[in-house]
Amino acid sequence: MPALPLDEAGKYVAGAYVTFLALILVYVAIMASKLSRIERELEELNDLADQRGPVDGA
Amino acid sequence: MYGKGLRPLSLATCLTLTAAFALVFFYAPLDADQGFIQKIFYVHVPMAIVALLGFVAGAVMAIGHLRTGDRRWDMRSYVAIHVSLILGVGVLVTGAIWAKASWGHWWVWDEPTLVSFLIVFLLYATYQPLRFSIEDPERQARYASVFAITAGAFVPLNFLAVRLAESLAHPRVLSATGGALPGDMRLTFLVSLAGMGLLFVTLWKYEMASKHASAQLRALRRKLGGEERAATGRSAAPQAPLPIRQAS
Repeated sequence: MPALPLDEAGKYVAGAYVTFLALILVYVAIMASKLSRIERELEELNDLADQRGPVDGA
Repeated sequence: MYGKGLRPLSLATCLTLTAAFALVFFYAPLDADQGFIQKIFYVHVPMAIVALLGFVAGAVMAIGHLRTGDRRWDMRSYVAIHVSLILGVGVLVTGAIWAKASWGHWWVWDEPTLVSFLIVFLLYATYQPLRFSIEDPERQARYASVFAITAGAFVPLNFLAVRLAESLAHPRVLSATGGALPGDMRLTFLVSLAGMGLLFVTLWKYEMASKHASAQLRALRRKLGGEERAATGRSAAPQAPLPIRQAS
């Protein structure tokens, strides 16, 4: 096939690079949700530690 | 532990990828044959190379697990394969876009390079269901390591077979017989490859840091007496045995 004109080729090239960026963004979003879950669990553990009272020797 | 050095690594990844994309669009010349479409090469090929190397790295880490019995190696192998699969999705999608623009079809079934990559991808797509199907964590880790090593050995063999096969349409790059890149294209390609390699390591470290933090939280919950919440159900992800440090 002959080379596509720039205006048509541009759409495909943009599509490929946007796919790559979208993959990274989705991954970052998943990591952000994992981080927020870890933060929530840490708060729960903090509350649990408070309920148990001060640790001896602390 | 795994979070150490993440900030400079993330910065280096961002800088290298930005430099790579700048080189792609402002430095590398247009290909005489394919024109502007060839710019997809600089994201598609490095992603494919790094994904395949990630699968091989997963196999090497699985060997570490079988040799030492240390479940942290299983976790490292799992994360390497996980990140490689994500890059694999990118390779298939960007490849299909490039194929449509160059050959007029989204997929060509009689092209060995495309089909072999799809086979490798589908092989690794069974890795997580395999893990999920085994409840006992010890057995899960052992079977997954054997799978990772076998599949990892298949990757270079597959690559070699494709190299020896007669290509119908897919170009060969960085080969001795043809497809040699001119200097400015080669430099752009190498910077893109370095960026993609750094991206893989960064994502691997992020995932490892997240899994390590989750394991520490589970151990802490167990220590504080929240066993009922600490017990997790069946999971494809390895549960690393990482006890928190005892206060002396």
